[in-house]
Amino acid sequence: MERQAAYLRNALFDQGYLDEQFLQLEDLQDEANPHFVEEVVKLFYTDSVRLIQSIELTLKNTPWDFEKLDNIMHQFKGSSSSIGAKKVKKECSQFQEYCNVGNVEGCIREFQEVKQEHAALKRKLENYFQLAREAR
Amino acid sequence: MAVEDVGSGCSSSGDQEFHVLAVDDSIIDRKVIERLLKISCCKVTAVESGSRALQYLGIDGERSSLGFDDLKVNLIITDYSMPGMTGYELLKKIKGSTKLRQIPVVIMSSENILARVDRCMEEGAEDFLMKPVQLSDVERLRDFMLRGGEEREVVGHKRKTRDDSCSSSVLSCDRDHPLSPRSVSAMAHCKPLSKRPRLLATD
Repeated sequence: MERQAAYLRNALFDQGYLDEQFLQLEDLQDEANPHFVEEVVKLFYTDSVRLIQSIELTLKNTPWDFEKLDNIMHQFKGSSSSIGAKKVKKECSQFQEYCNVGNVEGCIREFQEVKQEHAALKRKLENYFQLAREAR
Repeated sequence: MAVEDVGSGCSSSGDQEFHVLAVDDSIIDRKVIERLLKISCCKVTAVESGSRALQYLGIDGERSSLGFDDLKVNLIITDYSMPGMTGYELLKKIKGSTKLRQIPVVIMSSENILARVDRCMEEGAEDFLMKPVQLSDVERLRDFMLRGGEEREVVGHKRKTRDDSCSSSVLSCDRDHPLSPRSVSAMAHCKPLSKRPRLLATD
């Protein structure tokens, strides 16, 4: 069980889902706070739902408010960065680039990528935390 | 806005308890900075905006100064980009207040914009940290506070720029005791994952 958890964890790094910031968060865990990383990740997923909804709402109003979209994505990128969500962060940056040049199609496409990576990481991290808990 | 207790593992043998006011609109970043500060044995009050921070500091109203000592803040660490009042605007208000100007203020930002850094340092910020903030950054701040936090004179500031995978920051240096170069902790950002032993242990 422990080996499985470690394997999953390593894969997340090898496949570029997580970066060093995740390690930094793990370093902040101790016996008194053994679930800190999981708590931060949970907070990220709760908070990012709000941001995704906000983007979706903004995309419904034409003409698009690119500045607003950029602001929301900036927040999203910031939180992703704070938990070490490497791929999500990258897609957020890409979205911002499309925003900056007013590329509507690019934004729509990229927003799908953001949501996909966001969901994929969530599944993988949930699996990992579950295994890690069972391994203790 | 209760003041959080110091974290466990902070020895009481002469360890000074510093009280840090952290300001960030991101709930995730507030949680992380709180943890970083508690691990470094600081009391933390985390608020979500500049106006809340000013309320807490008693600058914006008729709050009496009764009990101000209990709330004595040794350091303010604030995000730069926040809706409403930016960290820069908060910095200006603090430095513009006779009551509060002596409190050191550190700015955090995810964006490495030279004009922004310069603007903040000119306005009297103690340091400018790149996000995500790390334990080494906070430990350095703690050392700064331990030294009395009074080396207000900015002799010069160093700026290390790195490639995209790393972050940079600005140091304020005291003439006699230059802080250890941020490049050490900046280099920590660049530490390749493969060097971390725990990644190799799959048994």
